[in-house]
Amino acid sequence: MAARAEADLRTRLQNWIPKLVLSPSLAMIFVFVYGFILFTLYLSFTDSRMLPSFGWVGLENYSKLWRLSHWEISLTNMGIFAGLYIVVCTVIGLMLAIFLDQKIRGEGVLRPLYLYPMALSFIVTGTAWKWFLDPGIGLENTMHLWGWESFSFNWIKDRNYAIYCLVLAAVWQTSGFVMAMFLAGLRGIDNEILKAAQMDGASNWNLYRRIIIPQLRPAFLSAFVILAHLAIKTFDLVIALTGGGPGRATELPATFMYSYTFTRNQMGIGAASAVIMLMTIAAIMIPYLYAELRERK
Amino acid sequence: MNKTYKHLKLSAAALALSVGVAQAADVEVLHWWTSGGEAAALNVLKQDLEGQGIGWQDMPVAGGGGTEAMTVLRARVTAGNAPTAVQMLGFDILDWAKEGALADLNATAAAEGWDAVVPEALQAFAKHDGKWISAPVNVHSTNWVWANKAVLDANGISAPTTWEEFVAAVETLHDAGVTAIAHGGQAWQDATVFDAVAMSTGGPDFYKAAFIDLDPTALGSDTMKEAFDRMAFIRDHVDENFSGRDWNLATAMVINGEAGFQMMGDWAKGEFLNAGKVPGEDFLCFRFPGTGSQVTFNADQFAMFDQGGPVSAEQAALASAILSPSFQSAFNVVKGSVPARTDVSDEAFDACAKQGMKDLAAASASGNLFGSMAHGHAAPASVKNAIYDVVTAHFNGEYDSATAVTELVEAVSIAQ
Amino acid sequence: MAAATQGTAIRTGRVARTFIYLVLLLFALFYMLPLYVMLVNSVKPLSEITGGGMMNLPEIWTVEPWRKAWSEAQIGVQPTGLKPYFWNSIKMVVPAVAMSTILGALNGYVLTKWRFRGDTILFGLMLFACFIPFQIVLIPMARVLGVLGLAGSTWGLVLVHLVYGIGFTTLYFRNYYAAFPTELVRAAQIDGAGFFQIFWRILLPSSGPIAVVSIIWQFTNIWNDFLFGASFAAGNGAPMTVALNNLVQSSTGVKEYNVHFAGAILAATPTLLVYIVAGRYFVRGLMAGSVKG
Repeated sequence: MAARAEADLRTRLQNWIPKLVLSPSLAMIFVFVYGFILFTLYLSFTDSRMLPSFGWVGLENYSKLWRLSHWEISLTNMGIFAGLYIVVCTVIGLMLAIFLDQKIRGEGVLRPLYLYPMALSFIVTGTAWKWFLDPGIGLENTMHLWGWESFSFNWIKDRNYAIYCLVLAAVWQTSGFVMAMFLAGLRGIDNEILKAAQMDGASNWNLYRRIIIPQLRPAFLSAFVILAHLAIKTFDLVIALTGGGPGRATELPATFMYSYTFTRNQMGIGAASAVIMLMTIAAIMIPYLYAELRERK
Repeated sequence: MNKTYKHLKLSAAALALSVGVAQAADVEVLHWWTSGGEAAALNVLKQDLEGQGIGWQDMPVAGGGGTEAMTVLRARVTAGNAPTAVQMLGFDILDWAKEGALADLNATAAAEGWDAVVPEALQAFAKHDGKWISAPVNVHSTNWVWANKAVLDANGISAPTTWEEFVAAVETLHDAGVTAIAHGGQAWQDATVFDAVAMSTGGPDFYKAAFIDLDPTALGSDTMKEAFDRMAFIRDHVDENFSGRDWNLATAMVINGEAGFQMMGDWAKGEFLNAGKVPGEDFLCFRFPGTGSQVTFNADQFAMFDQGGPVSAEQAALASAILSPSFQSAFNVVKGSVPARTDVSDEAFDACAKQGMKDLAAASASGNLFGSMAHGHAAPASVKNAIYDVVTAHFNGEYDSATAVTELVEAVSIAQ
Repeated sequence: MAAATQGTAIRTGRVARTFIYLVLLLFALFYMLPLYVMLVNSVKPLSEITGGGMMNLPEIWTVEPWRKAWSEAQIGVQPTGLKPYFWNSIKMVVPAVAMSTILGALNGYVLTKWRFRGDTILFGLMLFACFIPFQIVLIPMARVLGVLGLAGSTWGLVLVHLVYGIGFTTLYFRNYYAAFPTELVRAAQIDGAGFFQIFWRILLPSSGPIAVVSIIWQFTNIWNDFLFGASFAAGNGAPMTVALNNLVQSSTGVKEYNVHFAGAILAATPTLLVYIVAGRYFVRGLMAGSVKG
């Protein structure tokens, strides 16, 4: 009897251990993520300026927010930036991965060259990029010195094109990482299937289009999650490269939120913009996570 | 608001009890002076305090003209461990004073007679409710023009004193194929120029009404439109790569003779001196045309955070060391600014700084000393940044002058 | 490693191969450019830089900027260079990376091999947490650290990085362990092995590749963080990025660009090393699980 009771206790304990192991992480996430989100939601309805304060003002911060042309600019920019960034990174990453997968000599050298930008923050590379893109001292000037007088590259000075410079630098940073994810996916594909299809006379183009790329679906999805989260958090890049300029042409929601919360002492409006940002993220991510996680069951 | 801070302070006190006040004789100083000369100059202060047996814990956070440091300060205060002393500018000081966060320095101020030697316009930012709450280190003036003397001489130009002369000089340079104005297109730099242009266009009364009193009539007036038109003139005479440029690269253009003028605060002088240039021989410094007798300023100060009760002995020692004439002289010679008290000898200073000290004393005596809007000494941060938005949008061609005036009135009203 | 270096079975013609090599080299140049700009300007005297020609090789080579950035440059009031801050970063990064990786591994293990009702929802919540913008947590986090008595300490920073890294490490390990045969776990259970024994003896020994991915990811993110480091570390305990920021950012002072570039490269050395040394295992780690869902 005693032995059985002990065994019973052990199984019950075994059942509890996994949940116990998981609980510290969950507790931290609930307090430090979801708790703070609720706090921010609350702040967005208050008159907080320099420090949090708790005078209720209802929806005033939201109505002010939507009156600011500045906010609309940053939302539009986010659309352009995130869209282009995700698509270009994916295309370049996939292309490089496919090319690198062709039994390339020197792959061991090229791979770290493609990957290393991910190791650097824009606090480190920002100035270099800023100079490189500056027509007066950077690429344009160098081309002129080398004799190509008509060369022109002044996007960063033009408020209609500066946002594309942000895309360029952001793509530089992460496309190599995306390449690694696709390369890993490609290396996992069974070569036997490919050989069989080749016997049947399928062209390389068709092999990639019909067989290989469809098998990379998980890699596409992981790349999307990583890229989307990086796009939303893009902050250092803007500060280092353009400071939001020329004018306000490259302001993004993250820089907007920071500047209203901290430099402009309008914490209420900053919190309201954060809430809208989080709702946008949720609107995009929840369906994705739902589909992904349900499928795996 | 007040309640929030008191609440924080209570729990801070509780924390202090549980942790124990380990380093009672230390001061922790949050500042953003990290570049070679200024940090070395601050080291003088550190040594001075160490001579009195007070340790100095350094907490430097550079970036954005102090905005990073202000973010960090808020995190520190919220966490309940405010630094002992914090470098601050203009309205930030008053905002923290309103929260009841700053210690009262009246005893030190009275003992050393600050009231008599610190210009009144500056006192407006160092006192709250009749109490001294911070110790001013320097006065920067922002309405300077820096010019390359060789370039001016070669084109037969002397330092312009009115807007019309300035226009003529700029056009002469432009026709000679020289970039007339070196400028960096960052919001704060655009606003620095706008400060001077508005002062020159409308005079001191207009400047005060628009930027200090935030009077909608002045903000929406024809004079304001005229000021924007003049900004457009300046915009037409900067080189095409101005946008996003750091101010010191713009200064380098003047130093290297690629450009004639730069409108920038007195910190630009350091770049000239560092390049081995001599004031009056290689480069000229003069007030923005039409603002000859006015000075717009911003001043760095150290505010003392209330550590529970009256100002501590260490804070008092720090404050009095900051205001001591010897430190004021030593620091400002390096920094390019002028002393915050008007009774310091100008012996150690160069020609431009001597001029600056004279201008400051004169402007202060005649009521022509005004806080700089661009540098947060005319209106609170929210308003300042709202004005930045409009000025920089106009400068970059997004608005014409008439639209800019309308937007200015709207932006200032939202921000208040 | 065999799988990671083996190419596809696809065969390509000579023209196509030349084209492929050309594209690959062009991109290599593109990725190298900023590093080239930084390197070449870090060995020039300042006068050459302000004189223009940022792509040119130096006329006078000098290592002075490097020496200055490392041991002499003004970070605060004292000319210490970046040297002392290096250790601060290490003290923060190592525990934070270790703890978040271990917790991530345990979470991944529970979420795949000890499933219970609602575990997917919990995982979804953890994953969504990765997306929170750090700017909004700054003030409440400061408050919590203050209450816990961790403000201004290295452990406070470790906690912060642990909290916001756990979502990613859990994601990596969960996807990796999902591909691990559950039968092995069940068999060990029947043999009487407990929760930790199974983890220790069966899963952990084969977790090398994904641990590399998790460590690289966390190491880079934590090393490069500025916002938390600046806000939650005391002055002397500030991490490398804060010191670097103090070196390169100055509002109204003279800018020594060559020293800035040298400092920037110095600050980035550990992450660069991690990528170069562990980079070859990286693709393998990703391949072994994280992208396979």
